Amino acid sequence: MSFASVLSIMISCIFVENFVLVKFYGICPFLGVSRKMGSSVGMGLAVIFVMTISSLITHAVDIFLLIPFEITYLRTIAFILIIAALVQVVEMFLHKFVPALYSALGIYLPLITTNCAVLGSAIVISQKGAEFGFIEAVLYGAFSGVGFMMALVIFSSVRERLEFTPCPKAFEGLPRTLIAAGLVAMAFMGFSGLKIF
Amino acid sequence: MEILYGMITPLAILGGLGLFFGALLAIAGRCFGIVTDLTFDKVRAELPGANCGACGWGTCDKYAEAVANGAADINLCSVGGEEAAKKIAEITGKDLTAPPITGRAVVCCSGGIHSERKFHYIGIEDCLAAASIAGGPLSCEFGCLGLGSCVRACPKGAISIKNGVAVVDPDKCICCGLCVDTCPKHIIKLIPKDATTLISCMSQSTGGVTRNLCSTGCIGCKICAKACPSGAITVENNLARIDYTLCTSCGKCAGVCPRHLIIVTDANVSVAE
Repeated sequence: MSFASVLSIMISCIFVENFVLVKFYGICPFLGVSRKMGSSVGMGLAVIFVMTISSLITHAVDIFLLIPFEITYLRTIAFILIIAALVQVVEMFLHKFVPALYSALGIYLPLITTNCAVLGSAIVISQKGAEFGFIEAVLYGAFSGVGFMMALVIFSSVRERLEFTPCPKAFEGLPRTLIAAGLVAMAFMGFSGLKIF
Repeated sequence: MEILYGMITPLAILGGLGLFFGALLAIAGRCFGIVTDLTFDKVRAELPGANCGACGWGTCDKYAEAVANGAADINLCSVGGEEAAKKIAEITGKDLTAPPITGRAVVCCSGGIHSERKFHYIGIEDCLAAASIAGGPLSCEFGCLGLGSCVRACPKGAISIKNGVAVVDPDKCICCGLCVDTCPKHIIKLIPKDATTLISCMSQSTGGVTRNLCSTGCIGCKICAKACPSGAITVENNLARIDYTLCTSCGKCAGVCPRHLIIVTDANVSVAE
C-alpha cells in the first residue's frame, strides 16, 4: 500500500467527502453535541474509535459472509447488528481495562450505537467492493472519524461565538445554528472535485 | 426447494450473526463486567441533584461516587444540609462528625449608584467582560459592577440587581458558592445562615480614597469596632470585618457607622441610634 493512496484516502475522507458537511451523515450529533468545544472533542474521539473498529469488522463480514452467500441486501441490518454489539463490547472492555478513556468518552460512546455516520462509513466501504482491502477500510474508517471530529470542532467554535452575538428573536437557537451549519457546509463544497491521484 | 434455500441462507446467517454477537456480549459481560457499588445509587438518591459543585466535586454524580469510594467526607453537601448528611451517614455506616456547612452568599458592596465611575462602559453586559477593561467602569476597585454575571451563575435565581448592586435573596440561596467563584471582583462571601449583620463593603483602599469614590464605602474609622460589645469587629487593611463566631446580632455597629454600610437583615433587631 503506497503512501500516495494513504494520502488520497486521507484527503478525500477529511475534506472532499467529509461525512458531516458534504455527505450530511450524522447531523444529529453535529447539532446536538456541538454546543461546547470540550464535548465535541469527546464525541469526535469516540466516533473515530468506533468507526475504525467497525469499518474493519463490517468489511470482514461483508466480504466473507454477505457477498459469498449473495445476501448483500441484508447489509443494513447486519451492519447495525454488528455496530451495536461492537459498541457494547468496546464499552465494557474500556470500563474494565481503560477507565480513564472510558470516563473521557463518557456518554458519547453508547450514543454512537445508532449513529448514522458510523453505519454510513460501513456502507460506503461495502459499496466500494471486495477489492477495497482491509487496510484501506481501516484507514477509511479512521479518517472519516477524523473528518467528523474536525467538522464538529469547527462548528462548535462557530457556535461558541454565535452565543455572544445579538440576533433577531425569531432566529435564536436552532434556526441560526442551521444557517451557520449551511454556511460551514458551503465552505466545504470548495473541496469538491479536488483529486490528487 | 429453490425458494426455501433462498430463505434459509439469510435466516441462518443473520441468526448466526445475532447468536454470535449475543454470545460475545454474554462472554464480555462475564469477563469485563464490573460490579457496580449499590452505595453509589443510594447516596446519589439522597443528594439534591442541584449539580452546583459546592462540595468540590462538580456534579452530584461525582460526589456520590467519591462518597461511595470513601474518597470524600460525607458532610460536604451544603444544599442537602444536615438531613441529607444524616441519611448518607446511615448508608455508608460512617459517623457524622460535623454537620455540613450551611450558609448564604452575600454581596459585600452597597456602592452601585452611590459610587463614582471612571468611564462609561458600553459592551457585553457581563462583569467578566467589563472587568477585563481597566478593572471595569467603577472607580472603586472593590465595587460591584452590577452587570449580573452572578445572576446568571446562580442555579436558583436567588440573585437580582438592585440600584446597580447584586443582592442575594437569603431564602432562595442554597450556599453553593457558584457566584463566589464567578464574581471577578471577589466581593461575594459565604456567611453563616443565621448571621444578620453584614458589612457591605470590600474596599481595602485607604479612608481618604474610599471617601472620594463612594458614599457608602468603608473608610476604616473603627467606630464600629469600638461600639461592638462582644469584640466581634476588627479593622484590617482599612476594612471592618465581623467574626461571626463572636457576633451576637445586637446591631449596635449598624447604628454608629457613619457611612451606613452595615446592614442588619433581621427585622427583630432594632438598630440602636
